[in-house]
Amino acid sequence: MSAAPILAAFRQSLGEAWAGGAGALLPLGFLGGAAVLVPLGIGSDVETLKAVGPGIIWVALALASLVTLERIFQSDAEDGTLDLWLQTGAPVSAIAAAKTIAHWLSAGLPLALFSPLLALMFQAEASPDLLVNAGLYALGSLAFFFWGGVGAALSATVRRGGLLISLIALPLYVPTAIFGALAMSGGPGSAGAPLFLAASTLFACAVAPYAMAAALRLAAD
Amino acid sequence: MIRGERVLFREISVAVRAGDALLLRGANGAGKTTLLRVLAGLTRPEAGRVTRAAAHHWVGHREGLKPQETPREHLKLWTQAWGSGAETDPVLTRMGLTRPADVAGRYLSAGQRRRTALARLLLEDRPVWLLDEPYTALDADGRKLVDDLIAAHRAMGGAVIAAIHGEAGFAASGDLTL
Amino acid sequence: MWSYFANPHKFLRLSDWLAPAFYSLGAACIAYGLWQGLWIVPKDEYQGGDIMRVMFVHVPAAWLAMASYSALAIASFVWFVWRHELADIAAKAIAPIGAVWTAICLSTGSIWGKPTWGTWWQWDDARMMSVLFLFFLFLGYMALRAAMDTRQKAARAGAILAMVGAINIPLIKFSVDLFTSLHQDASVITADGPKMAAVYLTPLLVSAIGHSLLFGGLVMTRMRTEIRERRIARLRSRELEAF
Repeated sequence: MSAAPILAAFRQSLGEAWAGGAGALLPLGFLGGAAVLVPLGIGSDVETLKAVGPGIIWVALALASLVTLERIFQSDAEDGTLDLWLQTGAPVSAIAAAKTIAHWLSAGLPLALFSPLLALMFQAEASPDLLVNAGLYALGSLAFFFWGGVGAALSATVRRGGLLISLIALPLYVPTAIFGALAMSGGPGSAGAPLFLAASTLFACAVAPYAMAAALRLAAD
Repeated sequence: MIRGERVLFREISVAVRAGDALLLRGANGAGKTTLLRVLAGLTRPEAGRVTRAAAHHWVGHREGLKPQETPREHLKLWTQAWGSGAETDPVLTRMGLTRPADVAGRYLSAGQRRRTALARLLLEDRPVWLLDEPYTALDADGRKLVDDLIAAHRAMGGAVIAAIHGEAGFAASGDLTL
Repeated sequence: MWSYFANPHKFLRLSDWLAPAFYSLGAACIAYGLWQGLWIVPKDEYQGGDIMRVMFVHVPAAWLAMASYSALAIASFVWFVWRHELADIAAKAIAPIGAVWTAICLSTGSIWGKPTWGTWWQWDDARMMSVLFLFFLFLGYMALRAAMDTRQKAARAGAILAMVGAINIPLIKFSVDLFTSLHQDASVITADGPKMAAVYLTPLLVSAIGHSLLFGGLVMTRMRTEIRERRIARLRSRELEAF
């Protein structure tokens, strides 16, 4: 077995994610739009915005992952590409992971890198902490994409699968959201939270690919 | 093989040897595609097993071509994925895809997409070809091309299992009606 | 051993008398628990006065919420490994019943919370949040099964999801505990704060056994229905083929 099929799957997914609209600009626009709605909804009080800002960005990241993941396996199942990937002889879990990481690179990571700007809009002080937070957003969103990928693989043959993905993935997003928000709270117990976040992301990377593989075999069956 | 509550077929045995061409026959919904998918290992049979002594190519009724992918990119991708190191240009020429080689999949005609899918057969030498309705959407020229490919493949000791509805343009060594 | 239990005929014969037995025993236990809980045991002012009597429904429901998800996960695992159809039938039967008990647990908790905590919904209560996510796991499971077009696919997809959910539960529980432990207000009354008095323990236990028996009976009835529905579907398709 060689790594060639896995690399090829990664390359194809990257191309697909980039071609599906305006590349990373589309998820960025989504994140921006979702985040801007919040002050309009809850008012522009400085202290309130400062308090909810980091959490809003976590929620927006979770939503962005759900929206971009809807098609990643569904399109493969529809156009026959999935049949070909299942027959390469490479582990399906590795191919699923490669595809997920490709989509995270084109949607999750840009959003995380963009987060300091949003944080400033939410009245955060400009400080190096914002860059640390961007790293935490990147780490946490990887877990979002992996668990969301399980939902996406399970609903690959379901019409209106997007709604189903959200319902399936929501409970699985809980630990990441809690650890992530805690790490940024600066309150008691926040010191260890980045480690918990990293651990739960690793857990997602280790477990989710196998569930995706089983779900993809089912989607082709 | 069971689909939903329907038993599609039971107690089938299929075997091909070098140079064979087996035709799968049957009305719509008889289970030709399902049998091919079982042979390809995509669908798990309710009982029984498939023994593969050789690698196979798969061309299903869905081409496996992405909307943003051009035929050239498609062939490059699968050359890379299979690590076959084949040249794509001669294959594109052979399949009559020189002109649309750099046109994205979504702008190709159904026949051009089918030719692109069939072009994968030439990227790597594999003894067994599993073809699901290979003539679909092809013009007379394209059908002739498929017949030639199959003839050349069999002459080199390859085997073909194809689900074909209607006339086949080549002499089959056997057929199986479902 | 599995193949003995996996035989639908044996299951039908067994559940034919076992399900009614579970129903009657369960009803008796629940009636005893409610009678003791609502009229006999003294109220506990520390737990909010008379409202604490909801405990005799709430605690068994909480136990069943957890037990039913465990049962769902085990049935899914058994189906995934051994492919015994009865395990899938069991999983399918358990999900909605478990979801209802989970909902009962949430709503009774909410009713109990209003007078004691002063709010219908306490975000800082780890148990409440964990049960809520359990409820979502059930909903996702049922929605996924319903979305699949054949029963074989529903079984496979459901089993994958139930197992993914099961291995995530410890992590979800841990994170929720961490979340709430940092926010918890010292004045909030917790149910496990004072030691549970023995006078409550017996009716509570009997209640929990009663709910479990009722759960078992309902699952068996649903399984019997499902076995027969699958038979009907099989007969129907055979009839169609004859044409």
